[in-house]
Amino acid sequence: MPQVFHRSSNTLARLSIVTGAALLVSSVLIGSNLSRSPYVTQVGAPVDQPVPFSHKHHVKELGIDCRYCHSTVEKSAVASVPPTHTCMSCHSQVWTNSPLLEPIRQSYLNGTPVKWNKVYDLPDFVYFNHSIHVQKGIGCDTCHGPVHEMNITYKAQPLSMAWCLDCHRQPEKYIRPKEEVYNYEYKQPKNQLELGEKLVKEYGIRKEQLTDCAICHR
Amino acid sequence: MKRKHQSLNLDEIRERLAGARGRNYWRSLEEVADSEEFRQILEKEFPLQSSPLGAFLHRRQFLKLMGASLALAGLTSCRPLPQRKIVPQVQQPEEVIPGKPLYYASAFTLGGFARGILVESHEGRPTKIEGNARHPASPGRQGVRPLNQPARIHPDGTPEHLGATDAFTQASILTLYDPDRSQSPVQQNRVASWQDFNTALAAAMAKQAAARGAGLRILTETVTSPTLAALLEELLRKYPQARWYQYEPVNRDHSLEGTRIAFGEPMQAIYRIDRADVILSLDANFLHGDGASVRYAHDYSTRRRVSRDTRSMNRLYVVESTPTVTGSVADHRLPLRPSQVSAFAQALAKAVGLPVSAPSLPAEVQRWVDVVARDLQAHRGRCLVLVGESQPPAVHALVHAMNDALGNIGQTVVYTAPVEVKPVSQTEEIRRLAQEMASGTVEALVILGGNPAYNAPADLEFARLLKETTQRGAFTVHLSMYEDETSALCEWHLPESHYLETWGDARAYDGTVSIIQPLIEPLYPSRSSYEIVDAMLGRQRSGYDIVRSYWQGRSGHTTFDKSWRKWLHDGVVAGSTLPVKMVKPRLTSVLEAVQKISPVPEGLEMTILPDPNIWDGRFANNGWLQELPKPLSLLTWDNAVYISPATAQRLGLSMDTGGLANMVDMVEIRYRGAKVRAPIWIMPGQPDDCITVFLGYGRQRAGKVGTDLGYNAYALRYSDSLWTVGGVTLAKTGERYSLASTQQHHSMEGRDLIHAGTLQQFLRDPDHFVPKHGAGELPSLYPEHQWDGHKWAMVIDTSLCIGCNACVVACQAENNIPIVGKQQVAIGREMHWLRVDRYYEGGLDNPRTYHQPVPCMHCEKAPCEPVCPVGATVHSHEGLNQMVYNRCVGTRYCSNNCPYKVRRFNFLKYNDPKEPVLQLLNNPDVTVRGRGVMEKCTYCVQRINAARIEAKKLGREVQDGEVVTACQAACPTHAIIFGDMSDERSLVAQAKAQPHHYGLLEELNVRPRTTYLATVRNPNPELEGD
Repeated sequence: MPQVFHRSSNTLARLSIVTGAALLVSSVLIGSNLSRSPYVTQVGAPVDQPVPFSHKHHVKELGIDCRYCHSTVEKSAVASVPPTHTCMSCHSQVWTNSPLLEPIRQSYLNGTPVKWNKVYDLPDFVYFNHSIHVQKGIGCDTCHGPVHEMNITYKAQPLSMAWCLDCHRQPEKYIRPKEEVYNYEYKQPKNQLELGEKLVKEYGIRKEQLTDCAICHR
Repeated sequence: MKRKHQSLNLDEIRERLAGARGRNYWRSLEEVADSEEFRQILEKEFPLQSSPLGAFLHRRQFLKLMGASLALAGLTSCRPLPQRKIVPQVQQPEEVIPGKPLYYASAFTLGGFARGILVESHEGRPTKIEGNARHPASPGRQGVRPLNQPARIHPDGTPEHLGATDAFTQASILTLYDPDRSQSPVQQNRVASWQDFNTALAAAMAKQAAARGAGLRILTETVTSPTLAALLEELLRKYPQARWYQYEPVNRDHSLEGTRIAFGEPMQAIYRIDRADVILSLDANFLHGDGASVRYAHDYSTRRRVSRDTRSMNRLYVVESTPTVTGSVADHRLPLRPSQVSAFAQALAKAVGLPVSAPSLPAEVQRWVDVVARDLQAHRGRCLVLVGESQPPAVHALVHAMNDALGNIGQTVVYTAPVEVKPVSQTEEIRRLAQEMASGTVEALVILGGNPAYNAPADLEFARLLKETTQRGAFTVHLSMYEDETSALCEWHLPESHYLETWGDARAYDGTVSIIQPLIEPLYPSRSSYEIVDAMLGRQRSGYDIVRSYWQGRSGHTTFDKSWRKWLHDGVVAGSTLPVKMVKPRLTSVLEAVQKISPVPEGLEMTILPDPNIWDGRFANNGWLQELPKPLSLLTWDNAVYISPATAQRLGLSMDTGGLANMVDMVEIRYRGAKVRAPIWIMPGQPDDCITVFLGYGRQRAGKVGTDLGYNAYALRYSDSLWTVGGVTLAKTGERYSLASTQQHHSMEGRDLIHAGTLQQFLRDPDHFVPKHGAGELPSLYPEHQWDGHKWAMVIDTSLCIGCNACVVACQAENNIPIVGKQQVAIGREMHWLRVDRYYEGGLDNPRTYHQPVPCMHCEKAPCEPVCPVGATVHSHEGLNQMVYNRCVGTRYCSNNCPYKVRRFNFLKYNDPKEPVLQLLNNPDVTVRGRGVMEKCTYCVQRINAARIEAKKLGREVQDGEVVTACQAACPTHAIIFGDMSDERSLVAQAKAQPHHYGLLEELNVRPRTTYLATVRNPNPELEGD
């Protein structure tokens, strides 16, 4: 009985098995890398705002404390974007004619709020609370990056669950003394882990509990 | 899929119940009948699980679709989230902290009576209603806490004083966001503007001014508001020939007339339930529904809380013509027809020494009379007799005389001036208005609230008269939140502001005034009745100015601002409680009235009651209340005719033993020429030869939710007998009707779930009051969990639960729980995280009733957890069985493995974002679940987290009483205790140490954190065995 398939079919068959496997692996790799890539997470991508507000200018050059504008960061889940009134507390005196500030002045005059674009946006099933993090020694720049160097604010971290859990599993890797929370020039000491362990104990942080689902999801 | 249904064989059921040995608790007639279909329901938790696609989708197609949707679902994660906005305020009010709710005191009124509330507001958006403990009608938790406990620490923003509420109050917030609310004035079915209306009003008022108001009539519901009363009086001074009438279908005519007979003037009786050792209710459902019932339920519970130190309890006898919440918790309950309840009252009056001629009663009823009379007389000054609105005024008067004879006046019952501004017979008023409309003298009719075209007594033909008046060219106006039956017949319909949108004031049952303060600007261009009356006076003041200037005029100008702020903060106006009056009944006029009690015609009697959830029909479009299982029948989305098993048998009426929905017979109720077709409900405990119909259904123009549900019982209601009538006939129509009752859903297969006994048994041997399964000592294969932090736990005291359902609606409001509709309920897909199971014990005709709220048990060895393939339900260190929605893939294995049947699955997309206004209602602290996700009680983990965060910020532990779950806060009897069981001083740990503490299905060794205290009753040994 003659052969139905030509000998080259063997090669084709092997090739298609290998290609298939490679395609499968590469699609998984591409998918997983894509979902972690800045294209999806938007890490490092500056977000356009109605007013090109520069944190670098206000924080580093003028030395305004984070809490001057983000006034509820110690009291509430949200740090809050300042009301127009806060902007105008200075800008009714300085840069009063700057065209860049026209939306702020209009908002103040008309009583219509400024619509800022969200930079850090968590999914709706995640409940993050700023106040407890700053009270327990997590610095602003741990999550928000070098805000004092940003001309236009961008996202510094991916906000993926793995990223959250990195700290929730081992807070000693990131914790700092409470009084250093708003210090954007704070550098981790060489003995961070040692100091971290001490602070975790001192601040009454129960590490086991930090990975309970209901801590963030409810 | 056609199922063969069998009709219930009541004889067999009766026999089975009679033949049962030992304690025998049952949930439904179907369960006792033990049919094949009922057993099938038991087998499966979700008996109709197949997806709606299953019928027309083949397996291959399904797999193709699955593959495609999987690929697409994967791809959706590979794109950036859409850009969202942050919109800060222009100028932030000082007290607003974004992300933190604020609480404002206000008041909710039903029947004119205020209940004090605290409303939770998220950035100006009211989302949840709690009771205001400073208000007399919504008592807080004082008296529950042992004295040695530290004072409660209030974390920033948490309400200081949470009080109890009822289901109506809880659900009223849904009405605010109801998309069906009317949104603009309407003139003769055409959208108009307020400008148009003001012009028309000015013209009509100018015309009336010339006639000194001779053709002007104003119709309101019951008014207790001092401000509105002052406005109306001013209007009547300006238009002296005008008339102001009040009408509301569920009114207090009989109560007021009763006091008029007894004392010569209308009075308000206020009961001091907590001081009474023995209470007799004559058809009075005082624990549910009326303006004081939350308070009364609270006071009643203070004498029912059993612990190791308890030596005595109060005792409640209930004689009633319809099974009610109050009857369900009675120590002794006697079902009697309404006419017999009157006879019972007369016999009792004679037995306690009043010179009344008593009608002859059946021997067993007479025995009841004698025993109750002895018990009452043994507790002179410490007992109480209450009478329900449905009893005739003469019986009300007789009860006042009885309380006097028993030395109770001034002790357990006190009297004040009426709370109503104008305590009149509302039935008389609506009749007079109807006569005037018929005679054509009404030229301008302003109806402020209410829905008389739907709910006026049938014989007045109010709807026809209103239509004719409008057609005649009269200026007819109807102000209401919905464009309803009455609006359709008026020239003008005006949208009314919800009470959370407007200023006002109202009195509580004891006269205490609350200022109603709004939480939000009106969502639509609507007005309040205050503003309309003000406009009739030719002014255009805002509600705020109207209410404030009234109170300013009544108090000194120097201190007013300070007092006003305090009233708003506290939710009560200090010193406004009506003073107690010393009164003495005039026996002669009482006896004269009693002699005139007319004999009831032969034949079937009928009681007409407001629906326990929909009330007089005003909540018809409130989905939460429609889907809330009604107490005792557990019916949803319908009203039925309650009929006793024996009467049903006599008339050849039956219900099916069918699947989840109940197929029942339809009957035609005939009374004085009126004919109404309605489905029956065979109700254990209903007196024989007496049916009960419920108001509030059969609405024609209620809205998308409430239109065309049930039958309209107002067609059977005549102005000379609002509540009880005789001479009714029933005819079987041969039709069948499907009712959705939840009584068989989530059944736990008749295991040992309820434990109950008497106080004597408890005192004799408290440690063997409930059988012990040795729980906690059984070995477990699962490792013991080590944790030295909080261990959250809940104890529910079934002695105190009255089955009022306030907790269920509170849970629904707090946790964004959707409603699913009648069809979905009928196939067992209701979503309530907390259900109140009702169990019967004893015979078919007058069983004892027990209520058992069942939330998630948060088992320490939770059976749902190991079966989840994706780890979507796992345990927290503090002992919570967590449900992670974003992990859940909807296998429903967890639910199948849950012995308590407390897990709920989103078969469809019940939380539909198509109505943007409904999204305003959602609690922002709780995830809104999508389709295909399992959910269940979380112990209000958002509240636990909030308290933990606040405590941690202050560097301390969460104190007992800081975490109050939504169900716990709402409960009028404080039957639900929540806290940290590892703290020995906590209330929950103390409750768990009680001898009558037990867990459901403890023998499974799943170690539930939610546990129960057994029901302890206090029967009279002379009657026990009845």
